[in-house]
Amino acid sequence: MTKPLVAIRSVSKHFGEFQALKSVSLDVWAGEVMCLIGASGSGKTTLLRCINQLTAIDSGGIWLDGELLGVREEGGRLYRLTERQIARQRLKTGMVFQRFNLFPHKTALENITEGPVQVQGRKSDEVRAEAIELLRRVGLATKADSYPAQLSGGQQQRVAIARALAMKPMLMLFDEPTSALDPELVGEVLAVMKELAQSGMTMMVVTHELGFAREVADRVVYMDHGVIVESGRASDVLGAPREARTKAFLSAVI
Amino acid sequence: MRAAQTLAESFPDLSGIPVAREPHWFRWFSAALIVLALAAIARAFAGGQIEWSYVSRFLTAKVILEGIVNTMVMAVLAMALGIVLGIVVAIMRLSPNPVLKSVAAGYTWLFRGTPLILQLLLWFNLALVFPTIGIPGLWTARAVDVMTPFLAALLGLGINQGAYTSEVMRAGMLSVDIGQYEAAQAIGMGRLRALRRIILPQAMRVVIPPLGNEFIGMVKATSLASVIQYPEVLHNAENIYYANSRVIELLIVAGLWYLLVVSILTPLQMLLERRFARGTMQFAR
Repeated sequence: MTKPLVAIRSVSKHFGEFQALKSVSLDVWAGEVMCLIGASGSGKTTLLRCINQLTAIDSGGIWLDGELLGVREEGGRLYRLTERQIARQRLKTGMVFQRFNLFPHKTALENITEGPVQVQGRKSDEVRAEAIELLRRVGLATKADSYPAQLSGGQQQRVAIARALAMKPMLMLFDEPTSALDPELVGEVLAVMKELAQSGMTMMVVTHELGFAREVADRVVYMDHGVIVESGRASDVLGAPREARTKAFLSAVI
Repeated sequence: MRAAQTLAESFPDLSGIPVAREPHWFRWFSAALIVLALAAIARAFAGGQIEWSYVSRFLTAKVILEGIVNTMVMAVLAMALGIVLGIVVAIMRLSPNPVLKSVAAGYTWLFRGTPLILQLLLWFNLALVFPTIGIPGLWTARAVDVMTPFLAALLGLGINQGAYTSEVMRAGMLSVDIGQYEAAQAIGMGRLRALRRIILPQAMRVVIPPLGNEFIGMVKATSLASVIQYPEVLHNAENIYYANSRVIELLIVAGLWYLLVVSILTPLQMLLERRFARGTMQFAR
């Protein structure tokens, strides 16, 4: 049997007094699309941020592609990795933020080429051609030279997805990618994500879009107060939840 | 109940009736008062003991022109040193490393906490503390030879400026959304690369107006270097009036040059602001 792409084991995280994650364990398999749902403060965003190390975990371990993240074990002790090593590990994941976080002083195209050229040190003409192709894929071929401020929220988020894909990650993380969008713009972003899922990309999506979860996700994970309450096939968790807390959450949001 | 589409009657149609201009009596009155006051001041100066012919003669005198060139050279170099130090110190101040943080805070405390003129005098008189300076075994020199008025002024003004500029830069960096830093990290950037490529270019937009302010302050602060014999425009004007006793005339000459330089700097700042405003709504359209 092969190993999961992401293995999360007994991960805990505190923010002062508040415990955001309580000994969470989870596997994500290559090619899988997983949606994480739950109320705000349930720990789903924190879990996602721990995977690309924007948030450092207090205890436990996360393995990505067989590699332990953030620390190395030697002689029964854990040693923190250097910032450079952590930056290298981050290249395996792409992150899409709730508030897009495009670089406002760079055009759509420059936003996409920045990482491959500056960080990966690749040739700029080659990267540029790929970036144009990515813009076409997210339906924004004509917006290459637009600045973020000239784009709608939905267009900005699609550029942000292209920016993450340009790094050729093996795992895409989406942190509530449609929560900051006007309702009429949600569909265009979900359509891009759906196309990405169909192309075989491994994805972890923190979302409130249960329709998307039902249609696209292979697995749905429901979190509450820092623990995974229920996890399973989308149709099971959303259609016939076993746990009382899941039932209560679903009836509150639908 | 009346039908929703009909409008109530007895409200006149005001479209097409012009709006009368307001008379603004007080504006006219106050403007007249100011013109009168200015005329009185001008008349007083015209009749005062100022030989205007000296002003026009010395305005373009070689020594004065050399002085203003020296003023500008010093202002530009000291400001450049101040900006470099300011950026480095601001980055140190925002670093997670407590040693770097305290060094940066100590630097700002020391150089903001003492008068600039005192710092200039200390640099200039460094030879009293260290008669010889150098790297043991490699190079040594007498401090009086090394610490020329130029170098003392550059170090005094630049290092003092760095302490103020670091706070301006820190404010600029803090003004950039934390999400920008996270997005840079997410595409694999380290701290310094993220600062250079993503954070600083955005911070520049915020820091240019206060830096323009600081630079104008620097142009005038160079006049303090006259106390350590740096031949900037005020120092040279003083030397002339020590000889010919035309004190006010030469101070007016120096004042006019400062005004001219500062007037040129303002439009230059506007150009710089435009350059760094790329991508913001105001200029993007």
